[in-house]
Amino acid sequence: MISRDERRPGADHPAAAVEQAFREERAAVLATLIRHVGDFQLAEDAVQDAFASAVATWERDGVPANRGAWLTTTARRKAIDRLRRTRSLADRADRLAELARIDAQEHRPDDAEAEESAVADDRLRLIFTCCHPALALPARVALTLRMLGGLTAGEIARAFLVTEPTMRQRISRAKRKIADAHIPYRVPPDDQLPDRLHGVLMVVYLIFNEGYDATEGDRLVRGELCSEAIRLGRLLAKLMPDDPEVLGLLALMLLHDSRRGARVDASGRYVPLDQQDRSRWDQGRIREGVRTLERALPLMRPGPYQLQAAIAAAHTEPETDWRQIAELYGALGRITPSAVVEVNRAVAVAFAHGAAAGLGLLAPLLDDAALQSYQPLHAAHAELLRRAGDEAGAARAYERAIDLSSNAVERTELEHRLARLRT
Amino acid sequence: MPQYMLLIYTPVDGPPPGSDPEQTAKWFEYTQALQDAGVHIGGEALQPVDSATTVRVRDGETQIIDGPFAETKEFLAGYYALDCPDLDTALGWAAKMPNIHYGTTEVRPVVDFSKVMAEAAQAEAQQQ
Repeated sequence: MISRDERRPGADHPAAAVEQAFREERAAVLATLIRHVGDFQLAEDAVQDAFASAVATWERDGVPANRGAWLTTTARRKAIDRLRRTRSLADRADRLAELARIDAQEHRPDDAEAEESAVADDRLRLIFTCCHPALALPARVALTLRMLGGLTAGEIARAFLVTEPTMRQRISRAKRKIADAHIPYRVPPDDQLPDRLHGVLMVVYLIFNEGYDATEGDRLVRGELCSEAIRLGRLLAKLMPDDPEVLGLLALMLLHDSRRGARVDASGRYVPLDQQDRSRWDQGRIREGVRTLERALPLMRPGPYQLQAAIAAAHTEPETDWRQIAELYGALGRITPSAVVEVNRAVAVAFAHGAAAGLGLLAPLLDDAALQSYQPLHAAHAELLRRAGDEAGAARAYERAIDLSSNAVERTELEHRLARLRT
Repeated sequence: MPQYMLLIYTPVDGPPPGSDPEQTAKWFEYTQALQDAGVHIGGEALQPVDSATTVRVRDGETQIIDGPFAETKEFLAGYYALDCPDLDTALGWAAKMPNIHYGTTEVRPVVDFSKVMAEAAQAEAQQQ
């Protein structure tokens, strides 16, 4: 969002300026307008009106110096117009009076700084409200992408493999619930903040993973999800620079994303981390990821995102330090125990201390009835058995992992490994 | 200010209301806290679901059936009506209920009929 600021189309390119303002300013304008009008739908419609009017006005009068302020004022006046036209809004008079008051107060120069921080707060309000736990998780994801990312319902529908009417309904139902149940438009108070922030980070990471772990669907749209999640992560890191997990999540996404291009080869085949062409890793992303993580660590409050980012960072070193990675997975497992973490720890331990040590960690997982169809467990089991020299056992485990694969790229890779084992 | 119904559900095999004096005292304390905070509008506990009778009229015939509207593992055991500024406040009170560690509370906003009527009247006035 910030990096795009460098090349600002000037007054001679009003259409491009509107387009750029749409990408860069829309979320902030919308976030402020929701606070002013107290209604998601009205705010969204009014912001839409403001952009429509910018096309003609900027062409005629030139591009304003402060586009965000111009758009906010115009959107507020459009909201007033819309409210006047609405016949049956019981509190119309109150709302109009409030909007008129805000309109009259605007642009008192001594308020400029206060206004700027209010705008930053508005975006946090919008994020926290879109990610409110009283909304179902798919609705939180959709609403966040719609309101903050500016993606259309159609784009979100394609990314999540549902029909456009279904997605439109999901978004409008969420907006209706916010209005009907009076979900407050605010950053939660301190006693609720850690829980609620955790929920926000989960939504952002889910958006990222939906793009990253493409099990199926349109790859182009999915790449956009990764970029959008990183944009949201950067925004959160800017607005909450003292929260180490906010920084940890941004670092994690940047480091994962640095390898996006190297994960699949020219024929579409999945390339495991240790065989990736490192020259295809995005060094800019890696540097930004490592720098972001380095800002989080001195805050001395480790958490799952920082640990995962530290693991991802360790994988970018020229010589992989498997002992360190195994320890980081151990720490991660103590905070958030899960089969995923345990399988990864076993693999790291196998690299650090030999295949037998890794197999020892997998044994209790393989006995767990709940994990019998957990594909990554069987894929890791096969790999460690192969390294331990048990070819028959490895072949059986590969077959099981192949049966459980839902991802074509991944299945091809496993079949490839099984075939190599037999030659 | 918005109003909310807190619908209190409790497991069928849970203790019947009033059977445990300690728990009953906690409910009284809770109600008092709601009143002290100025959010309490009303609230009652209900007899166990065995006492429920379901009524409907179909084709002019009144059908009376022994039992609750729907057989479920959790049944409606009581309610509170609260005046709260927003959903978060109502959810905060719900999380403090004495049975919340084994029961479940559904929080529903109440329809504001004065607003609905005012909107209808306004629409009518504008049409004339």
